[in-house]
Amino acid sequence: MALRDSPFGELKVPLALTAAVALLVAVVVAVALLLSDRRETFQTEAYGVTRQVGDAVAVPVSGAIAAPGRWGGVGLENLRGYFFAVSENRRLKADLKEARQWRDVAIALRDTNERYKTLLGLKTEPPIPMVAARTVTDSRGPFANTRLANAGKEKGVKAGNPVMSENGLVGRIIGVTTGASRILLLTDVASRTPVMIDRTNARAILTGDGGPNPKLDYLRGQNPVKDGDRVLTSGDGGVLPRGLPVGTAVKGLDGRWRVVLASDSAPIDFVRILLFQDFSQLANAKELDQMTTPPPSSGSASIGLVNPPPAAPPPATPAPTVKPAALVAKPPSPSPKPAIASSGTKPAATGPRLATTRPAPARKPVTPGAAPVAQAPIAAPPAPVDAEIPH
Amino acid sequence: MSLSAARPLDPWRWLGLTSLQCVILTLLFGAPMRVFGLQLPEPVFAMIPAFAWAVIRPSIIAPFALLFIGAFTDIFWGSPVGLWSLSLLVAYGTVLIMRNMLVGQSRPMMWAWFAVACAIAELAGFLFTRLDAQASPSLVAVFWQFLATILLYPFAHRLIDRFEDADVRFR
Repeated sequence: MALRDSPFGELKVPLALTAAVALLVAVVVAVALLLSDRRETFQTEAYGVTRQVGDAVAVPVSGAIAAPGRWGGVGLENLRGYFFAVSENRRLKADLKEARQWRDVAIALRDTNERYKTLLGLKTEPPIPMVAARTVTDSRGPFANTRLANAGKEKGVKAGNPVMSENGLVGRIIGVTTGASRILLLTDVASRTPVMIDRTNARAILTGDGGPNPKLDYLRGQNPVKDGDRVLTSGDGGVLPRGLPVGTAVKGLDGRWRVVLASDSAPIDFVRILLFQDFSQLANAKELDQMTTPPPSSGSASIGLVNPPPAAPPPATPAPTVKPAALVAKPPSPSPKPAIASSGTKPAATGPRLATTRPAPARKPVTPGAAPVAQAPIAAPPAPVDAEIPH
Repeated sequence: MSLSAARPLDPWRWLGLTSLQCVILTLLFGAPMRVFGLQLPEPVFAMIPAFAWAVIRPSIIAPFALLFIGAFTDIFWGSPVGLWSLSLLVAYGTVLIMRNMLVGQSRPMMWAWFAVACAIAELAGFLFTRLDAQASPSLVAVFWQFLATILLYPFAHRLIDRFEDADVRFR
């Protein structure tokens, strides 16, 4: 039936009115979209299929678009290297001379550190596996500061993984799909990162605001920070490892403490995604749930024993003269406090050790259950057999 | 009103093609490039159609096209989905209401009105982000984006010039 013949054929609606209705409907849809968005959560499902598909498509397209710029940059760098080879050589020689001195210091400190670890039976954090990726897009507006990296699920990347450039922390992963992952930069308005001031150990929350220098919020204490102080991740909350370099503190024009990001000193083209899982994720919850309680017959003698030796038969009559404290195994070394105090300085930030080799691309994602065994490539320090650190 | 004098616009030409151009330009400027150590600006290319479409004539498809461009921008830039859709629609609606006052003004005046429309969109984005993230975006960063966006007016002017007289009903 033609429109002319239909009962609605003569119905005339002003275009301005229908346009207004269309605008209203579009606004309602946009509000619904905005209210349903939860991009900054750690839940993988919250990222949404639309975003995942968008990212998966954007990575190859943007990679192709960015390629000429990348090639141009490499060409320019080669040209500069050719023309400034002599001055570069002089600078590198000076750097090498300084680095040799630092190498000697580092070797001595490493040796001292290993001895302390052995004496204390200290369990250090396991090395963190990494994935290298290239960033292909960069949004740098006031309302969103994110990047797309060309490594995704297939390489074991998960939401929440920290991302670093060669100079410092860049941000964390907020969404992953096959072949792509979205990095929320430290400068994004939704970014909150627990940090500490290296000099004073003062804690703060690094809050992005869309500008190049994020703010240091919730600083406590009197004069906890001064110009030029190094800012590191504190590891509080377990989302990021402790000791990753973030930047240096500066006083902003608005009178607030801000951070000049270390990662800003060079273009962020290649990044390292740390496949970090905090201790709470590594713990085997099932095993902990199945822990058996000590038998009631051991009485007061077993107080303080972490793992009572099963082979030892319980005495027929508990000796009343044996004090429980004598049964608590102690480390043979002096207590940790004098050892730290003797150094005369505050304890250095124990940065995580980053694995130097890149995992194979086909590496399966580490499941929380299997992680403790799979992610311990180094042997634990040779602690005394009966040593247990009382918690 | 007789339709004999009207020459209906081809939606593909004034809506579809412009949307596609905005998407491509947004993709191009999303490349991670630095020139002399400085990052490229990040203008909101979708402000060109948001202003020009409202000036040319009221339309049923235009708000949905803006909704689509805004959603694409949000997904590509990683901002909350709906943020730029809503901000662009607020600016579009404001210009549509003021359309009778804007049409026929000189180029510098239209540029000034374009700046007002951009300011409305940025202000809307600022407020929605503040509500969504419970934090204030940097006003300096907002200003830089505003500045980069108002420089795009010549493209909006070209679009208006090309299609303003296409439909005599709305002259």
